[in-house]
Amino acid sequence: MLARQRVRAAWLFLLPTLVVLAGVAGWPLFRTFWFAFTNANLGSSEPPEFVGLENFVVVMEDPDWWRSVRNTFLFTGVSVTLETALGMIIALTLNSRFRGRGVLRAAVLVPWAIPTVVSAKMWGWMLNDQYGVINEMLLYVGLISEPIAWTVDPNLSMVAIIAVDVWKTTPFMTLLLLAALQMLPDELYEAARLDGAHPVLVFFQITLPLIRGPMLVAIIFRVLDALRVFDLFYVLTSNSSESMSMAVYARQQMFEFQDLGVGAAAATLLFGLIALFTIIYMLVNRNSVIQEAA
Amino acid sequence: MSQALVWLKRISFGVLVTAITVYTLFPYYWAVVSSLKEGSALFQVQWWPTKPAWHNYVAVFTEQPFGRNLLNSVLVASSVVIVSLILAITAAFALARIRFRGRVPLMLMILGVSMFPQIAVLSGMFELIRALGLYNKLSGLTLSYMLFTLPFTVWVLTTFMRELPKELEEAAVVDGATPWVVCMHVFLPLLRPALVTTGLLAFIAAWNEFLFALTFTLDQSARTVPVAIALMSGASQYESPWGLIMAASVIVTTPLIVLVLIFQRSIVSGLMAGAVKG
Repeated sequence: MLARQRVRAAWLFLLPTLVVLAGVAGWPLFRTFWFAFTNANLGSSEPPEFVGLENFVVVMEDPDWWRSVRNTFLFTGVSVTLETALGMIIALTLNSRFRGRGVLRAAVLVPWAIPTVVSAKMWGWMLNDQYGVINEMLLYVGLISEPIAWTVDPNLSMVAIIAVDVWKTTPFMTLLLLAALQMLPDELYEAARLDGAHPVLVFFQITLPLIRGPMLVAIIFRVLDALRVFDLFYVLTSNSSESMSMAVYARQQMFEFQDLGVGAAAATLLFGLIALFTIIYMLVNRNSVIQEAA
Repeated sequence: MSQALVWLKRISFGVLVTAITVYTLFPYYWAVVSSLKEGSALFQVQWWPTKPAWHNYVAVFTEQPFGRNLLNSVLVASSVVIVSLILAITAAFALARIRFRGRVPLMLMILGVSMFPQIAVLSGMFELIRALGLYNKLSGLTLSYMLFTLPFTVWVLTTFMRELPKELEEAAVVDGATPWVVCMHVFLPLLRPALVTTGLLAFIAAWNEFLFALTFTLDQSARTVPVAIALMSGASQYESPWGLIMAASVIVTTPLIVLVLIFQRSIVSGLMAGAVKG
């Protein structure tokens, strides 16, 4: 009797949240899928008509779309790799005892706290072709002979975008890796030290295999985030068709070209990609997700 | 080990720590320095503001409607936090403390929603917001931000709620307390630190959001800080007011940094819970 009452209470307690989630996630997602199969256009007042797969064909035949796919994958691959490597170096540093460790730990959180748009602007200014401090530094040490237009040239703007993303999100990677490192037992390292094993060897043969699981989870988490990138591309590259991410492409179709159908088709493709990675994430992290849930 | 080798090790470690610190803090430092420069000084590289000037900080409020943008951001982010927490408290109680059929699929679904790409709901959300008459209104942003703050707060609060001792609940139930009373009068007071952490993380997420704020607002009356900074333009089309942009950047960043430094420990644990401990 009491048990049934509790179950009813559980559903009542969940109801408001489920209603809101259905309203802001379920319904809009369903509408996006529907728009993807119609000729919905923001400029016309006619009700949208079903057009089958036409929008997907338009997207697939658009070289700009494929360029945005290439940009997004390149961005994701390079920045997540760099963030993992750099995050590992910083996490290992923070994991050893030294004076000022607390201060450094606080300092690495600073980039994480800064809004993406603001980071993009700060770096956009540092990378400014005429007045940027980075060109000035590179000129000073003689690495370049004349200032570089980082955010204007499409090839270089990718370098700039990756630089900002690595700076901004490495702290998150560092935190996850540091947490994994701190759970490792000390005894293993005592034994290794007694054997006189070289630290590099210890890292590759003991540390890395032991934290592989948490590291993989952190990497997939970052990949998920990187695939949907919007702000950095939008703010740093003045919206040129050469340097768009998939999300920027979809939004441009929807709101600048008013072609809601084509934009929705592109958004649906991106959603499919991310859904795939979400499933991988849940499978890799199965044990702890189920444990959290159960 | 020889004395020289020990010193070499110490020095190289010191260099590493210094390099990490400079790398993480320099962009912020440079924004502060740039924001204090005036006129042509901005376009010369000086490592230290020789004649600090506050002109940019005044101008961002007088020449730009930045005060309005700040107020908008504060209103949106606070309302998002309040609504998310109110909804999440009971939801988290149900998920953490009551066993019922369909609970695990529900939790996986909530986790799945927290990973939605915002772009996938953008067109549907746009339609919804226009239909509700919330276009270019702050409440439209509050509603749309539930997409990412609500799953997150539910998930994190569930993690915290599960760790509370079972005995407390049992004692209350023996005294005849309903689930509502247990949730609101027994658990809620104990959850205060968790609420602060979760609320702060949701606040930061809402404060930083760009895509929805850009799409669902039309003019300065509803623009939030990130949109205002991204679209800030000078007197002519070809001139970017870098001094103003840097001043605005410092203004919005400094309070966040202070908050993060104060709540450092709890933020780290909240982030971990949100990412699901591996």
